[in-house]
Amino acid sequence: MQSAASFLPSRAPGAAAEIQSVEPLLRIRDVSKKFGSLEVLKSINVDVSPGELVFLIGPSGSGKSTLLRCCNRLEEATSGSIRFDGSEVLDPKLDVNALRRRIGMVFQSFNLYPHMTALSNVTLALRKVLGKSGPESKTIAMAALERVGLAHKASAYPAELSGGQQQRVAIARGLALEPKMMLFDEPTSALDPELVGSVLATMRSMREAGMTMLVVSHEMRFAREAADRVVFMEGGVVVEQGPPAQIFGPDAQPRTRAFVSNEDR
Amino acid sequence: MDILFQQFFNLDIMSKALPLILEGLKTTLLICLVVIPLGILGGILVAVGSMAKSAVARRALALAVDLMRALPPLVLLILIYSGLPFLGLRLSPLAAVSIAFFLNNAAYYGEVIRAGIESVPNGQWEAARSTGLRADQTFVWVVLPQALRNVLPDLISNTVEVVKLTSLASVVSLQEMLYSADMARSLTFNNSPVVLAAIIYFVMLWPVVRIVSRLENASAK
Repeated sequence: MQSAASFLPSRAPGAAAEIQSVEPLLRIRDVSKKFGSLEVLKSINVDVSPGELVFLIGPSGSGKSTLLRCCNRLEEATSGSIRFDGSEVLDPKLDVNALRRRIGMVFQSFNLYPHMTALSNVTLALRKVLGKSGPESKTIAMAALERVGLAHKASAYPAELSGGQQQRVAIARGLALEPKMMLFDEPTSALDPELVGSVLATMRSMREAGMTMLVVSHEMRFAREAADRVVFMEGGVVVEQGPPAQIFGPDAQPRTRAFVSNEDR
Repeated sequence: MDILFQQFFNLDIMSKALPLILEGLKTTLLICLVVIPLGILGGILVAVGSMAKSAVARRALALAVDLMRALPPLVLLILIYSGLPFLGLRLSPLAAVSIAFFLNNAAYYGEVIRAGIESVPNGQWEAARSTGLRADQTFVWVVLPQALRNVLPDLISNTVEVVKLTSLASVVSLQEMLYSADMARSLTFNNSPVVLAAIIYFVMLWPVVRIVSRLENASAK
């Protein structure tokens, strides 16, 4: 095992993003996170440009979910800087709720509100956070459900939906707030294999519509074909990041190759 | 056998006592109407308080809850009704009952509701908060409805106990149903009015008790 320090965050692939000369929408710099004496994130640097689909991959315990959750402050980073859309996420004075209006999040276990219909799951934040009227929030929510192909299930309760449908409602719940970016925390890991495709198709169509997405996932095939950039993390550090061709190609770092070939089996 | 029937199931006496007992039933229902919502509200406050960040506040609340649960409600009621006037606060019987029941019920409902809140997965908080809902909004719209539903059988059981406990109001001379029945008993030297009151309690509460065991069976599945 080589020490983590020998794998500096690779700047080379970042060059591709710099050529676009767009200000990154999300700019993670030197972010560290400690749980007591356990350092789960060590000086992480990742950029996500507008419209990009970036995958975070790595073995479990590598810190990728923690990093994702630091981006909307479900988890507090210990040090570093996360700039999102002009504001410093880690600023203690930041209005967290205002930030979260602009960043959607999708969870592994869907986390739909079981006591509400699909429609009410989507309208809740529209009414309570954005202060929209009942009819207006319903129109917006129906449009969001339409986008994930579930307008016909608007009056169904989560228990009446398949896992894939529940996850798509959860995506609609995030989309309805028109966030600038969506975070996905292993969105397909809890799904039966035959239901994964519908969720990935939804994500693909979001990408085509220009949504910026940061995705923690083990769907290597999807990462390879759909991602703009892939970030490989292990042991709390970014081992390597670059376009899928690099990460999944023969010239990837040995640890990246080892992980990818293991996952691909 | 005939004596027993005369003493406990005398229809003649029952029909004579009925208006008085129905009058008492009205008071019993009035007390329930005040005391149950107050108790549930108090229970929600206790449950929320027990999630407080400050350890001191949590300790103080836990102590108060323990005290209320250990103290017989009758003692609490007497202390409030006949003790507070010494502090210059004269309460109507209904007000005294409301306060005593509020304190007692808040402790019991609080334990039930707290268990309900703890049964709601953390992911529900996270999902709601990640859409920009504040903590209080998340609690009211997402967590509390699920929490109450998860402990519905316990909530209803507790409420049945509260209904039965309202007979304590007679000690501060509130003429609730059992008080009226007892009055009729001492006037007629016959136990039938009390039996009649018991039958009314049963008719009122039996369906509720049935619902509870239904719910318990359903959730056990």
